[in-house]
Amino acid sequence: METLISILVGLLFSIGTYLVLSKSLIRIILGTSIISHGVNLLILTMGGLKKGGPPLLGDIQTAFTDPLPQALILTAIVINFAVTALFLVLSYRTYKVTGTDDMDRLRGNMDE
Amino acid sequence: MVFLLLFMIFLPFIFAILTPFLYKLFAPRVHTGWFVAIVPLSVFVLLLQYIPVISNGQTIYQSVPWIPSLGVNITAYLDGLSLIFGLLISGVGFLVVLYSIYYMSKEREALHNFYVYMLLFMGAMFGLVFSDNILVLYVFWELTSISSFLLIAYWYQRKNSRYGAQKSMLITIFGGLAMLSGLIMLSMMSDSYNIREILSEVHVVTESPLFLPAMILLLLGAFTKSAQFPFSIWLPDAMEAPTPISAYLHSATMVKAGIYLVARFTAVFGGSSEWFWIVSGVGLITLVYGSINAVNQKDLKALLAYSTISQLGLIMSLLGLGSASLYFGNGDESTVYAMAIIASMFHLINHSTFKGSLFMVIGIIDHETGTRDIRKLGGLMSLMPISFTLTIIGSFAMAGLPPFNGFLSKEMFFTSILTAVEQPVFGMKMFGLFVPIIAWIASVFTFIYCMILVFKTFTGKHQPEKIDKVAKEAPIGMLIPPAILAILVIGIFFFPNVVGKNFLQPALMAILPIHSEGVGLTIKAWHGWNTELFMTIGVVLFGSIMYIFLKRWTVLYHFFPKTLTLNHLYNQSLEGTEMMSYKVTNKYMTGKMRDYLVYIFGFMIVILGGALWLSDGITFLGSNQAGVSIYEGVLLGAMVISGFAVLLSKSRLTAIIALGALGYLVSLFFVIFRAPDLALTQLVVETVTSALFLLCFYHLPKLRKEVSRIQFKLTNAVISIGVGTVVTLLALAVNNHRLFASISNFFEQSYTLAGAKNIVNAILVDFRGFDTMLEILVLCIAGLGVYTLIKLQLAGRDRKE
Repeated sequence: METLISILVGLLFSIGTYLVLSKSLIRIILGTSIISHGVNLLILTMGGLKKGGPPLLGDIQTAFTDPLPQALILTAIVINFAVTALFLVLSYRTYKVTGTDDMDRLRGNMDE
Repeated sequence: MVFLLLFMIFLPFIFAILTPFLYKLFAPRVHTGWFVAIVPLSVFVLLLQYIPVISNGQTIYQSVPWIPSLGVNITAYLDGLSLIFGLLISGVGFLVVLYSIYYMSKEREALHNFYVYMLLFMGAMFGLVFSDNILVLYVFWELTSISSFLLIAYWYQRKNSRYGAQKSMLITIFGGLAMLSGLIMLSMMSDSYNIREILSEVHVVTESPLFLPAMILLLLGAFTKSAQFPFSIWLPDAMEAPTPISAYLHSATMVKAGIYLVARFTAVFGGSSEWFWIVSGVGLITLVYGSINAVNQKDLKALLAYSTISQLGLIMSLLGLGSASLYFGNGDESTVYAMAIIASMFHLINHSTFKGSLFMVIGIIDHETGTRDIRKLGGLMSLMPISFTLTIIGSFAMAGLPPFNGFLSKEMFFTSILTAVEQPVFGMKMFGLFVPIIAWIASVFTFIYCMILVFKTFTGKHQPEKIDKVAKEAPIGMLIPPAILAILVIGIFFFPNVVGKNFLQPALMAILPIHSEGVGLTIKAWHGWNTELFMTIGVVLFGSIMYIFLKRWTVLYHFFPKTLTLNHLYNQSLEGTEMMSYKVTNKYMTGKMRDYLVYIFGFMIVILGGALWLSDGITFLGSNQAGVSIYEGVLLGAMVISGFAVLLSKSRLTAIIALGALGYLVSLFFVIFRAPDLALTQLVVETVTSALFLLCFYHLPKLRKEVSRIQFKLTNAVISIGVGTVVTLLALAVNNHRLFASISNFFEQSYTLAGAKNIVNAILVDFRGFDTMLEILVLCIAGLGVYTLIKLQLAGRDRKE
């Protein structure tokens, strides 16, 4: 299972990287979202899969999956959400102000 | 009285602080130079007291801690060598200040700047020659470079001044930094920062593998500072400085700092063939190069600059020859070579006297006629008789004619070279014969330019229409300083042994500690009909003939291609470096996001992949794996499909929905892998994100078809596949190399420790609550950011644009 997920994560990274390298601003946002999914899956996999029940005490089970990666991912998801939201609004603004979303045309100031 | 030497070093600095106040108080009633003149005069008088002590073979050592924890102390050390330099700096310094009082107008010039820079320089020079600590020596060394830079560019409105200052700065700082590394190597080898302690560890130094690198780096510093070939190019351009500065820095003091350094470290590096050949070889090349170039100059100061270069080469080559004395240890041969050291020190003193006076006289001519161009000058003999006399004394001394001091040191130079040929060392047998010939040719050229200096300026036809001012004799105050130097020039000729006993012998003891007894030395003006005298007669005869036919053969200079000069080379390489870095930077700093991302991803692939490959980290089969059920298989397949859907979709709606699908599948994945809180959060966040995307939908830019070349897409594809592969390999490697057990067992006590049954929540708000707080902060900031971005837009900046 871990091997399969590792390959899936690699695939998500590939797709994300390809999108990030493209010229269109919205594709780049899509790319970062996909990469963050890949990262979350990676963290979860690294903690080990199917080692026990959900990390809730009081269950009959005695073995639990590792709760620490889950806590880390939870933090990551929220932060990623915040960043994506800001990025989205920023790109919306950029598009409004400059009238383009082509990264090649969004190049610095003339006096640089 | 204990720390008198240290006081001497810091006196100029203290005065440099006071000078602007004095200027504010007294300008323009009293010339600021009068106050400044106190400094070198008092140092000179103080140093004079040490002469009897030093000539008895004693030395003086004073030290105050500066950075004791690093072993860096400000240590002043006075022996014969530093005494000569100290007296030259203070003596010539006093005369130059006196001269500058008449030269620099107190109404027109910014005198406070001038004298502050000059005092800084003077203090730095004292520090340089008195320090025993090599790091302190380096500090003062750089301070001379900086103050010289400031002085050259004193008239900063002129383009040439700035060019000359920049050039000298670049070259001397380059050498200074090389010297610093040489000094550090030296301290590594001998485990000390003090020159005297290094000298006691010489045997360690000579056996060390760092010996040669340290020597070359140190010599780079000395050669750049003393304008040796090929670093001499800054000196002629430094002539843009006011003439008192040229006289002081670029003839008598700063350019001799390199000589001082070589002399100071002869006891460490001397006796090896490398030192012998590098120092004397470079010196001889510089001697010839400078003298040949000087003949072709049309500007009197440029002529003097090249003559300085040539004379410095002479002194340097003598130091190189003399270092062979250490090779012989004690004995007759050793004494013979030690004469070369004496000759070099003697010529050093003589050069400071006559070159200083010549610069001052040229300054007078410039001041009184308004030009320094040889072609415009002429026939000044009857108009400026005193200047004419002074020029004759200086020039004939420089040419090496009796009855002036230059004759004595020139004869000693020939003697040293001839003995070096007679008693060959370090393979001198092969090249030995060339050395006297080179020296002789250089002397002929020296003779020629000295004659040009005197006769083209003062004899011939006076051309009042070509010069701006009416030529007349200078005020008496301006003539006194060069006159004093001229008296010294003649005085040393008649009483050379006073100098020999009081200065040259102690200096020899300082440079070559093996001659602690000194060598029996009497300098005689008349030494019989020997080879040296015939050489001098030959120089005079041949030089006179060549001077008479000057016009015939100087055309040869025009044949020398301009593109091969060192200046051209310097300018080209400076421009070339600028162009190169400009081009290279423009090449990779394209300003395109995509290119930078390619670099980042590329490095990630190379570094991470390379590290994995090199450390044999690539593994594929993990033993401790969970099995795959049908649900998970289907889920994985669905995730791959939605991922590709985002990648390949043509419309943004499809892409957004595919991304949402991917998010929901991830939350499903969390469900399967027993992470209920994650699944919940992921569901909510994905919903909100999708909603956000859809909210912005109409405002978002359209997904255009990527119009770009195949090659471009191919690179992107290669990079992305590379990134994916590296991440996969990394994940596999981590999975199969689990080194330690997890610490998560601790968190299973969440109920007893935190009173929570949900372990993940306990971690978030209790065990690691700090993270959560900052995460909330991140959300707040993002919210504020979004709000501001939208509000600012409404505030109307868009409408303006």
